[in-house]
Amino acid sequence: MLGYLFKRLLYTLPIALGVTLVSFTLVYLAPGDPLNAIAPADAPADVIEALKVAYGLDRPMPVRYGLWLVRAVQGDLGASISTGRAVASEVMAAVSNTLVLASVAAAAGVLIGCVLGALAGYNAGSWLDRLASALSVVGVSIPHYWLGLVLTIVFSVKLGWLPAMGAGPGGSGEWLWDGEHLRYLLLPAATLSVIPMGIITRTVRALVADTVNQEFVVALRARGLSRVAVFQHVARNAAPTVLAVTGLQVGYLMGGSILVETVFAWPGTGFLLNTAIFQRDIPLLQGTILVLCMFFVALNLLVDILQPLVDPRMGRA
Amino acid sequence: MSTTLGAPAAISTPSVIALPPRRRGYWAGVARQLLRDPLTLITAVVLLVVIVAAVFAPWIAPADPYKASMLRRLQPIGTPGFPLGTDELGRDMLTRLIYGGRLSLLMGVLPVLFAFGIGTSVGLFAGYVGGRINMLIMRTLDVFYAFPSVLLAVAVAGALGPGMSNSLIALTLVFVPQVVRVAESVTTQVRKLDYVDAARMSGAGVFSIIRTHVLGNVLGPVFVYATGLISVSMILGSGLSFLGLGVKPPEPEWGLMLNTLRSAIYVNPWIAALPGVMIFITSMGFNLLADGVRSAMDLRR
Repeated sequence: MLGYLFKRLLYTLPIALGVTLVSFTLVYLAPGDPLNAIAPADAPADVIEALKVAYGLDRPMPVRYGLWLVRAVQGDLGASISTGRAVASEVMAAVSNTLVLASVAAAAGVLIGCVLGALAGYNAGSWLDRLASALSVVGVSIPHYWLGLVLTIVFSVKLGWLPAMGAGPGGSGEWLWDGEHLRYLLLPAATLSVIPMGIITRTVRALVADTVNQEFVVALRARGLSRVAVFQHVARNAAPTVLAVTGLQVGYLMGGSILVETVFAWPGTGFLLNTAIFQRDIPLLQGTILVLCMFFVALNLLVDILQPLVDPRMGRA
Repeated sequence: MSTTLGAPAAISTPSVIALPPRRRGYWAGVARQLLRDPLTLITAVVLLVVIVAAVFAPWIAPADPYKASMLRRLQPIGTPGFPLGTDELGRDMLTRLIYGGRLSLLMGVLPVLFAFGIGTSVGLFAGYVGGRINMLIMRTLDVFYAFPSVLLAVAVAGALGPGMSNSLIALTLVFVPQVVRVAESVTTQVRKLDYVDAARMSGAGVFSIIRTHVLGNVLGPVFVYATGLISVSMILGSGLSFLGLGVKPPEPEWGLMLNTLRSAIYVNPWIAALPGVMIFITSMGFNLLADGVRSAMDLRR
């Protein structure tokens, strides 16, 4: 068990390092000088030189990466070119807003997916099963940014029940867990929850339908175990796969939140990424990509760590 | 899956009813399966309509997709002469939805096609060579796997700058690691089979072994995987345009139309939702078709 954990950690390190390298270099794919974003086109040569030195752009790429990495590890992601504020604090504020949205959406999506999938798997072939399959195809195929738009049209424009944009009254960026703020959360969270729901419903349905027909389940029933007790056995068999799929899907949800946040003007990482891209704010872009990605890497690691807890076979291997 | 490895044809005794070669029998079986699946057939027809409409847009569309008019902006659905209304610049919605399929479908198919080509080659190479080189390739790709696909697409498209070709590059980059993974894992399994060893011992060259013995087994699963990616690619591609990172105005493209019509939701909400309906129908079509073909080919585990 400890050996397994150690191996997973060791495996994650090079991945994390690779992610920092990609996050750093990606931004330099762009044609043109990054200085164009800062300096006016007619700036004199000595001003350009001074700016280059100030931003460290006069050094060779590997040196720049090394310096950036050392600072990033210490929590310093540089200063945003467009606002001049520290990238780390900007990103952290946005990340906490994204996490509020993503965690509520993930919890709802995973829960509904599991319940629906289990019901469909237990009643394979029934109308409920067909409904669940249809819903899961819809969930996988729907462009979630459009779903967000449609929900806004129905619940904000037509019915006027819920606010269409922002994360709180008066466009406040501070999140609070009160009723007023939750009203703003409802539509974007519902939109995002659809991303994991489809695949999880499908996975749970397939696993449960498969397990229920196995001989050991028939034997358990024959021994007179209650429905709940039998279900515990079924659930335990499905758990490892469901956990792995959930981890991946929650990651996709965090990615998808980039688009959904744009629809609802939610002040999270998607919004920040947009700003960074269109203002060509390189430090902000690098920082946001890096932090988001690290969350994804950490999520995968968490799933790997939890895996042996639900699947005892893995701990022994 | 091992359908291509049928019994040698030479052994079959001449009979009155000539047996068709095994290979054709398999595809005929797949076709028979598909014909018995009404949902997949309906899906195929719907997709065909969307594709044909997009390809022959200049002949089918009732109006000019670029002709704007300040006088008839955001007309509702059912306006005489404009069956699906007009957009924020007074252009005919029906025309633009028909034309929009051109770029949106390309955004769905091209990246998957590119990734299929590149990914299969790299996967075959990595899987066949094995050892350290395989390790190196797969571990490098693991890094790209660590990025959620939307984030990677947005990051690459954002870094390269807005535009259709940059979006295509970004999406291809998202799918290549996934395709490589599938191709590599199948190649690694096939490479260990006895008949590959036999071919090698009988003096066959690397390329001829890959071409005649490995490729046939790898293409099937990779193809099935890739068909499932088309809808993802469409949603992501239109998503990039929706963010302003993909196709540039005034080109008609469903994602971009969603973006430019967004501000109209308080004036004429249902017009604003229309381009998304097209993305939804098409992506669901590709998903259902992929499911249907997959179960007909019986490759699903």
